[in-house]
Amino acid sequence: MTTQTLDATAREAVTSACARVEEPGAGDHVDGVVPGLVARPADTDQVAEVLRAATAHGLTVVPRGGGTKLSWGVAPRSADVLLDVSALDQVLDHAAGDLIVAAQAGCRLADLQERVAQGGQRLAIDETVPGTTVGGMLAANTSGPRRTAVGAARDLLIGITMVRADGVVAKAGGRVVKNVAGYDLGKLLIGSAGTLGVITDATFRLHPVPAASQWVTAPVSDPAAALAMTQAVLHAQVVPAAVEVAWAEGSGSVSVLLEGRVAGVAGRADATRAILGEGATGSDDAPAGGATYPWDTRASGEDRSTALKLTFELSALGEVLAATAGTPAVLRGSAGSGVLYAALPPTTDPAEVATLLERLRRVCTSRGGAAVVVDAPAAVKAAVDAWGPVPALELMRRVKDQFDPDHRLSPGRFVGGL
Amino acid sequence: MTTTEDRTHVGAGIDAVTAVARRLLPEAGVITDRTRLRTYECDGLAHYRVTPALVVIPEDDAQVAAIVRACAEHGVPYVARGSGTGLSGGALPHAEGVLVVTSRMRAIREVRREDQRAVVEPGVINLDVTKAATPQGYYYAPDPSSQQICSIGGNVAENSGGAHCLKYGFTTNHVTGADFITPDGDMVALGGAAPDAPGYDLLGAVVGSEGTLGIVTATTVRLVRLPEEVRTILVGFESTDQAGAATSAIISAGIVPAAIEMMDALAIEAAEAAVHCNYPDGAGAVLVIELDGARVEVEEEYAEVARLCEDNGSFEQRLATDAVDRALIWKGRKSAFAAVGRISPDYIVQDGVIPRTALPEVLRAIAELSSSSGVRVANVFHAGDGNLHPLVLFDDAVEGAGEAAEQVSGAILDLCIEHGGSITGEHGVGMDKAKYMPRMYTDEDLDTMQLVRCAFDPGNISNPGKIFPTPRLCGEVPGRHKAAHPLQQAGLAEVF
Repeated sequence: MTTQTLDATAREAVTSACARVEEPGAGDHVDGVVPGLVARPADTDQVAEVLRAATAHGLTVVPRGGGTKLSWGVAPRSADVLLDVSALDQVLDHAAGDLIVAAQAGCRLADLQERVAQGGQRLAIDETVPGTTVGGMLAANTSGPRRTAVGAARDLLIGITMVRADGVVAKAGGRVVKNVAGYDLGKLLIGSAGTLGVITDATFRLHPVPAASQWVTAPVSDPAAALAMTQAVLHAQVVPAAVEVAWAEGSGSVSVLLEGRVAGVAGRADATRAILGEGATGSDDAPAGGATYPWDTRASGEDRSTALKLTFELSALGEVLAATAGTPAVLRGSAGSGVLYAALPPTTDPAEVATLLERLRRVCTSRGGAAVVVDAPAAVKAAVDAWGPVPALELMRRVKDQFDPDHRLSPGRFVGGL
Repeated sequence: MTTTEDRTHVGAGIDAVTAVARRLLPEAGVITDRTRLRTYECDGLAHYRVTPALVVIPEDDAQVAAIVRACAEHGVPYVARGSGTGLSGGALPHAEGVLVVTSRMRAIREVRREDQRAVVEPGVINLDVTKAATPQGYYYAPDPSSQQICSIGGNVAENSGGAHCLKYGFTTNHVTGADFITPDGDMVALGGAAPDAPGYDLLGAVVGSEGTLGIVTATTVRLVRLPEEVRTILVGFESTDQAGAATSAIISAGIVPAAIEMMDALAIEAAEAAVHCNYPDGAGAVLVIELDGARVEVEEEYAEVARLCEDNGSFEQRLATDAVDRALIWKGRKSAFAAVGRISPDYIVQDGVIPRTALPEVLRAIAELSSSSGVRVANVFHAGDGNLHPLVLFDDAVEGAGEAAEQVSGAILDLCIEHGGSITGEHGVGMDKAKYMPRMYTDEDLDTMQLVRCAFDPGNISNPGKIFPTPRLCGEVPGRHKAAHPLQQAGLAEVF
């Protein structure tokens, strides 16, 4: 663990900028880096005040929502202030007639879902890590099975309020679904790991909750069969809401989620069973693991699995699964979108991780995607290149330099050391 | 009407860029003759006209990159242009700059059913992507009304959608990758065939940036499975209020149609005059509702939609029984803009967005504006997502009519902003609406957007003068500024 220290003047500046400022506790480190102070602003203005104080005193700042994914990416070079936005936890506006919701960054996704469900609606983004907040979901760009039908956060976010590194508050987008006025800053912030700005609220497009849903699952015993099944489902007329694959030790399952009207779902489930073959079974419940990742999301430190995100063209599914042969990798993800997550046990030798990562990276990059390390024990993070080759990195650097010229926001956590 | 004056002075760098173009491109791909240059003096918004200093028509990305590199080296501005159908002056040329026309880059490089992707060049016509994918059971969902002539490059630049965006999302939701030429002339890959490329989502920033961040020379797009069943219904109402209420009822029932389009009496009159689409007699408004998906569900939804329309006062419902019938219903809707020419010598196509629930109120307010000003307004729009297209009619031969129309048009945008909407849903800000941006966004918001432009285009040579009313010097420290902008002080920029 490395610990940050702040001089008295800087400490005083942060303390007076924000309603609650505390000394870091046991859970307040960022992947082993202990902040000098934990600031808990009550609103966007206080977030801005903290960032202005940080600017004035040259402090580094790492934002945190629910803290469920704080160890993801690369450990920051420094974290003078841990900016905890969990007090910004309100659903600001659910306009049911317009199918939109606005919520603060620290609002738990589950709370948001509960609120909009009262109007028979949902934000079609799965909670992949229990306890996740709106801001954390955006900053880490998490997604689950339902992305196959309606897309991921980038497709559902329609407005955002952010605070820049220099404390300036800015909005982009708005509260209408269709809007092309100005640059889409929301997209730049999605998946930016807290390195471009601090999200304080976000507005999303909602969908009606379907009247019926059903899963159809079939076992598969080789990568080619998994590919054939997913291709058959995708090209059929069953309109899948999700096409998931689970895989370990050379076999697994393909699961298809059907959503819609009662009669329609029943018919499409029958058709899906026919496509998936004799072993296919229907269920009202999601397959084991549901929308979560194939690793223990509560584990920390050396108990963490090595967690990988693999993206690829849809037709490369078989190759990606085959590339894990002979390894202890457990995979799960959206075969219908070309996104899989893989987990290796915490005890896996870093050299073994590096070998597999290289193999997967070769397959994924040759097939239009990438293989990145989401999280891993420190020894593994030290042994591998977490992000791998990133095209257009020079442009990304320039974007970072514009938004955060002193590199004070989450320094070093992102691609290319940004 | 606003007319940007032609300038004859041409910057010195143009000669150097012309030399590069002549070396690389076939003779027909370099235009310097003043008469031929004038062919390109405007896009679909013809009241802004600027003759470019040079037009180049490259055939591949290497040529685009070389020309942009030459522009960067000599500080020459450039503007990319596809089919030129844009309605906000986004492809308006720069008098001292190069117009890069992508109409010869029109290869559909790949259609990959197995990956649900196609790779297309910027000059490809929108509808041709669907035509190429249909034999494999797929189509390209974003469908601007001009889809028979507009190019994918323009769609990407403007993030221009269309009727089917209600259910299937906008252009930006259907673009997964791009080959991109930066304003330095470097070629970089943004995104790819797979989702979630590591790093900042630069592709998300580029789509809809109206050519101000660089030029896209190839786009990887998502293809959508053709639905099993499509039902298109034309519904007649006595008033727009009834049609609006029916729209809300359908959405509230949890039905997301592929499209819900509305036209009012004046728009219907125009469409009838132009394409004889045989819309219901005496209708104060019609809805074109399209349902698609799995057969059983479409049948159920159709029954419910029919009932909801009836409950809200529809006097006639017509279900398209075959493809010809469906095409005629859509022809009326998609030709509405051009058709307005039949009932008015001049018109402004406005493009604003409001939350759907504000539709009745805003339509009434537009009607009041129209009657108090004496300026006729025809309404044709995407009712499902609140994207209005008021057509403000006038006769330029009548003294002051153009100004009055401009005023009504601007007032409609104010209404949109007042109701929490946007000044553009698909046409873009371009040259036309830059002055409205400060009404929708604060200085801080605009300043933050400009950080993106400064990252991509610090020399401000890629389609300068569009989107933002006042450019920001890219070297300046971000933050609040109280004094006049340095460019303004230097007399180089104007505050609207």
